Amino acid sequence: MASFWHMGGYAIYVWPSYAVFFAVLAADYLAPALRRRRVLRELHARMQRHKAREARKAELHATPDPLADRTPTSPTS
Amino acid sequence: MKWIPHWMHQLSSPPTFYRFAGVMRPWFMVLALLTTAIGLYGGLVTAPADYQQGDAFRIIYIHVPSAEMSLFVYGVMAVAGFIAVIWRIKLAESVAMQSAPIGAAFTLITLVTGSLWGYPTWGTWWTWDARLTSELVLLFLYLGVIGLYHAFEDRRQGARAASFLVMVGIINLPIVHYSVKWWNTLHQGTTVRLFGASKIEGDMLWPLLLMMAAVHLYWAASLCGRVRTDLLSLESGKHWVRELAEKEGR
Repeated sequence: MASFWHMGGYAIYVWPSYAVFFAVLAADYLAPALRRRRVLRELHARMQRHKAREARKAELHATPDPLADRTPTSPTS
Repeated sequence: MKWIPHWMHQLSSPPTFYRFAGVMRPWFMVLALLTTAIGLYGGLVTAPADYQQGDAFRIIYIHVPSAEMSLFVYGVMAVAGFIAVIWRIKLAESVAMQSAPIGAAFTLITLVTGSLWGYPTWGTWWTWDARLTSELVLLFLYLGVIGLYHAFEDRRQGARAASFLVMVGIINLPIVHYSVKWWNTLHQGTTVRLFGASKIEGDMLWPLLLMMAAVHLYWAASLCGRVRTDLLSLESGKHWVRELAEKEGR
């Protein structure tokens, strides 16, 4: 086993090569998965904000106008 | 375009491709890891040391597959770029642009492992010979494509502009491939041949062939993941993406 890691004296060239290979490809594999989560989360947050805004707008229209009873409804009453 | 089969036409629709790629990606990755495990066992354990280079030759099992991929990915990117420019298919634009970082990754690995292999065997980390220089140019081409793509405000316009650069850069592919034949170089000639006998012993050859299969499988997994994510952000206003964000975005 020790001779395996020793690589006939070339360990300092062989193992860093393999490390670079796996490190670069691991980063390449994980990057889109992380970005996918971020894209979905940002879109979800944007949709929530939009929904909240719509709800506030609807509420504003639903409450009666506080000045409504002061305005004369009809000139003849 | 009546000659395109129905299933291909359907697959090019972003929501269909998104689902398809999501199913395929883990399978490609599992197969890639399996072939890598067997290939590296063969390459690092059972293959004998080289009579001239000793154990340093074992870098071949990542260097050659990566080098092959650096050219292969460019080829795929060029085909997708061609389709993107002519027919303006969104999926083709995405495949072309998402190929660039994968190709750049493989080219970087090729250059670094080549350098680590060159020092003990040639006595130098780097030399400006035809093979090494053209491979470095390939890396700059990939980076140029990525840069040009991101320089545009409109992403689809950027994809088409960068696809033009990809097509101009095709000229570099035969230069990389034949550089060891056309010029006198420090780099050794082709070892593995598609046609005719390879110049390598069977015990050393089969792990190399497995590693070559492994990087192709890995490439498929990586491209699936990148294109999938890209389609999501390209189509973020569409109904299918909003539905997905509702479910998975919390």
